[in-house]
Amino acid sequence: MDINLQALFAQLLVGLINGSFYALLSLGLAVIFGMLNIINFAHGALYMMGAFCAYFLLNVLGIGYWYALIIAPIVVGLFGILLERTMLQWLSGLDHLYGLLLTFGLGLIIQGVFQNYFGSSGLPYAIPEELRGGINLGFMFLPVYRGWVVVFSLAVCLLTWFLIERTQLGAYLRAATENPTLVRAFGINVPRMITLTYGLGVGLAALAGVLSAPINQVRPLMGADLIIVVFAVVVIGGMGSIMGSIITGFALGIIEGLTKYFYPEASNTVVFVLMVLVLLIKPAGLTGRTA
Amino acid sequence: MRAKLMAGLLSTVAALTLAGAAMADDKVVKIGALSDQSSLYADVGGPGSTLAAQMAAEDSGLIAKGWKIEVISGDHQNKPDIGSNIARQWLDIDKVDVIVDVPNSGVALAVNNIVKEKNAVYLNSGAASSDLTNAQCSPNTVHWTYDTYMLAHGTGGALVKAGGDTWYFLTADYAFGAALERDTTAVINASGGRVVGGVKHPLNTSDFSSFLLQAQASKAKIIGLANAGGDTTNSIKQASEFGIVAGGQKLAALLLFISDVHALGLNVAQGLNFTETFYWDTNDQTRAFAKRFSERMKNKQMPTMVHAGVYAALVHYFKTLDQMGGNSRDGAKIVEKMKSMPTDDPLFGKGEIQPNGRAIHPAYLFEVKKPSESKGPWDYYKLVATIPADQAFTPLADSKCALLKK
Repeated sequence: MDINLQALFAQLLVGLINGSFYALLSLGLAVIFGMLNIINFAHGALYMMGAFCAYFLLNVLGIGYWYALIIAPIVVGLFGILLERTMLQWLSGLDHLYGLLLTFGLGLIIQGVFQNYFGSSGLPYAIPEELRGGINLGFMFLPVYRGWVVVFSLAVCLLTWFLIERTQLGAYLRAATENPTLVRAFGINVPRMITLTYGLGVGLAALAGVLSAPINQVRPLMGADLIIVVFAVVVIGGMGSIMGSIITGFALGIIEGLTKYFYPEASNTVVFVLMVLVLLIKPAGLTGRTA
Repeated sequence: MRAKLMAGLLSTVAALTLAGAAMADDKVVKIGALSDQSSLYADVGGPGSTLAAQMAAEDSGLIAKGWKIEVISGDHQNKPDIGSNIARQWLDIDKVDVIVDVPNSGVALAVNNIVKEKNAVYLNSGAASSDLTNAQCSPNTVHWTYDTYMLAHGTGGALVKAGGDTWYFLTADYAFGAALERDTTAVINASGGRVVGGVKHPLNTSDFSSFLLQAQASKAKIIGLANAGGDTTNSIKQASEFGIVAGGQKLAALLLFISDVHALGLNVAQGLNFTETFYWDTNDQTRAFAKRFSERMKNKQMPTMVHAGVYAALVHYFKTLDQMGGNSRDGAKIVEKMKSMPTDDPLFGKGEIQPNGRAIHPAYLFEVKKPSESKGPWDYYKLVATIPADQAFTPLADSKCALLKK
């Protein structure tokens, strides 16, 4: 096989773009799992809600993309907080399976409701004026918007990592997951912190949804298509590991891109093959903590 | 004991009477709308096809004549095994007489064999593969609306004639994509064009950028999209993002539905050429149907050609049953009778069903309007050319259908 270097570089860059979405979504999952011990299967549906939120803001209220980047994660995050307060909080301390089933069911319901009203083909969302067009890099034509997605999501990922691993608040959070009773004894409101963490994780999913709205169609099923891959990313990176999921997200995007170049038919499965290999060799994931 | 015996005897008598009635003058029909209800083809067929079947039943006039018509629906999830299981259960246990719609050629071909085996009726509107009336034709099947031959000749032929003589394919990796690429390649080669390459992508892909970059690097004049539904809209949208059309290459959406154009928006979709057999804004009858249809749809969608095909095929089926005076439950016989009667319905006009099961009617080459030309929602198409019924589909001389050799 003769390798076309131009095409190869292009695929690597495209992989990086997809990796940004994987990273943002798996980061939210890792935060939620790490802090709440909940395997949040509603993540895909919440990501989709983020995109729909952006769509409604633009088409009903006339509020553009830049504000949607802030408003949609807050709105969907509040919805997440509502879910946590009314349902998820009662599952703390129970087996993981309960949380998984509840969030999986919630995800299906949310998705079903949207599909009932909006069909499955999706709705168009235009790329914001400032980010249209593209740059010719010589080996490929890079749409400005996609470049923006990579830079912005990388920044958000690193910021979240910093917040949780390097700040006082993050330290409280981590301590609260280790030993909630002891942390409460210091006068810290642990349930509220947990609720806010869930809101944060959900907000990250919604943010990814807004970012993806101009690239993909705003479709009720957009999350369902992605969530399984993202779970594989989290498993490979190690459940609950923040940096692990960021790095794995980007890396898997690139590996997928390479597969699309060398053997496109396998591009949908390569992530899962990797997942199997990692589970066989390192069951806790590449950067995961062993229980 | 005696009471029990009496009851048993009575119920046997009742069952016998009912069975007798069914044989002599059976006026019960059960329709199964088998489709993708929840994924990438759900707006093309899906709940809309179930509604179209219901409307056909209501408009048939049979209910007033004492017929009982029931419509049920099933979700095949684009998996041939699930589709086959539903079809078997419907035909064996639920006493379904006719299966309609069935988009996804992979599922459609699997169901085709089962319906033949059970001697029921199969009115396919949603699937594209021309194999249904070709190598795999069946005495129980009528294929309405469109097929890969029609798409290849309508769109492919027109584009090669307009100077698009080098092609690169983006093909959905299953029966439908393969058939569409095969039929289009034949047209391209026959009209002096050349296929320079292609890439197969998995069904229901959300990111096409890698494939599009390969297509761009091929320098082909035309990028042929041998895919459908959500796959096509994503390809088109992302092609515009990567500057493919601006770079001078042209996209050929070989199969595009009005639901896809609606999802893309006119800004992205404008100028696309494609072939369809039904557009709601064609004449007063199609407009009237579309208005009634859209009012009853949850998302107020206009009918696609697949929905129209489900309706039209059933209209013809009901007409045939009415002529036969009852439901004989002999699928092959009913389909034979359907073939012997000319078709005439408000949506596709006059036509006929060929001996291989292919319903023929005119096809139209459309172009998507510019945003400035559109007068309102769903006003999307400009008619470029009409392809007469006898030229739109596979000529009988070229069909490999075994039914023709008798």
